[in-house]
Amino acid sequence: MDEIRNLAMIFFGMILVNNYVLVQFLGICPFLGVSKKLDSAFGMSCAVVFVMAMATAVTWPIYTYVLEPNGMAYLQTIVFILIIAVLVQLVEMVLKKMIPPLYKALGVYLPLITTNCAVLGVTISVIDEGYNFAESMVCSVGAGFGFMLAMVLFAGVRRRLADAKPPKCFEGLPITLVSAAIVSLSFMGFGGVIEHIFGA
Amino acid sequence: MNERIRIITNGLLKENPSLRLVLGTCPTLAVTTVATNGLGMGLAATFVLICSNIAISSLRKIIPDKVRLPAYITVIATFVTVLQMLVKAYLPSLDTALGIYLPLIVVNCIILGRAEMFASKHNVVDSALDGLGMGLGFTLTLLVMGCIRELLGAGTLFGVAVLGASFEPMTLFITPPGGFLVFGVLMALVVFIETKMNARIPRKIGCEGCPAAGACSGACESAPQTGKEGA
Repeated sequence: MDEIRNLAMIFFGMILVNNYVLVQFLGICPFLGVSKKLDSAFGMSCAVVFVMAMATAVTWPIYTYVLEPNGMAYLQTIVFILIIAVLVQLVEMVLKKMIPPLYKALGVYLPLITTNCAVLGVTISVIDEGYNFAESMVCSVGAGFGFMLAMVLFAGVRRRLADAKPPKCFEGLPITLVSAAIVSLSFMGFGGVIEHIFGA
Repeated sequence: MNERIRIITNGLLKENPSLRLVLGTCPTLAVTTVATNGLGMGLAATFVLICSNIAISSLRKIIPDKVRLPAYITVIATFVTVLQMLVKAYLPSLDTALGIYLPLIVVNCIILGRAEMFASKHNVVDSALDGLGMGLGFTLTLLVMGCIRELLGAGTLFGVAVLGASFEPMTLFITPPGGFLVFGVLMALVVFIETKMNARIPRKIGCEGCPAAGACSGACESAPQTGKEGA
């Protein structure tokens, strides 16, 4: 029971309290770039959830069973980024061959994800936090869903923003950033909620 | 000589990576809660930028065009690893403060963007200077952001109390929403000055420097094209 509570705390914590985009500032580029339309925001987020889970599933065992015991932990950054790059290529090829409809939906976003800092970020931070494999997987899926929540919410805000008439110098990116501040502010309200619900 | 000076100043103001090219937004927002961290992050990125620009520029005739992106990423990741070890050894407090954002310099689009846009087309000295200029431009933005946020959010500057005891710190500015807010207002200010000087440029989010731009051809800007397989 304790184990499940712990996992649930990590999962919801990653979505609400430590939201990767709005609180930890990882993956800001796609957050600002792809959130103009709801369907592309959703498609991109699905691809991110998928790649995050895959990447953690591969990098965690490699770090724990290959790099760490052989004293090569300092190679973490370089190994992880290469694994992610290869993995994204591989996923793209497999999807194209085996599941064309899924490829059609996610394919365009896959190349964007290689250099998405959220993916590298989650693989490194689960190692830093000292999570075991189950916790790491839950954490990465939670981070992915957190990304999705932020993207989908912000796509709605962007739609309103398109009709707004801000001062001239705020048009475009500046007003988008200011509205992101307000969305982020709403997430600050979740601080402590998770501990309260799942805490002993 | 004039050309060389122009390359350095280019990165500082004309093509300031954060405020005009809109690259490297994540670290700009994340580490600027205090001025010291902003400065540290900026200098760390400058180090990697100069080294990777030199390496990529000297290898530009050897790296085959088709595998250039993986090659660039490997070069950059190598220098980031070197940087991580140096910072851990000599500046442990900065290492703790920057945390995960230090290894994440690998995916900072400024560095890959400059490799792709500048170092792969210019000689070694020019590339090194471009790295220096871009790095300093990035550092400048981070420092300004850090100063504003630290001053308003904590009433201190580089850890020294400057606003006196009567100042009630506005904690909002050192929280994540404050990062978005200050960056948005700062950018609006830059746009305002640009408009006054008739030098306004359109801002796109990262696509220009995004290394995947070639592969996605602006897919992030438009909705996915259904029914166009393998596009």
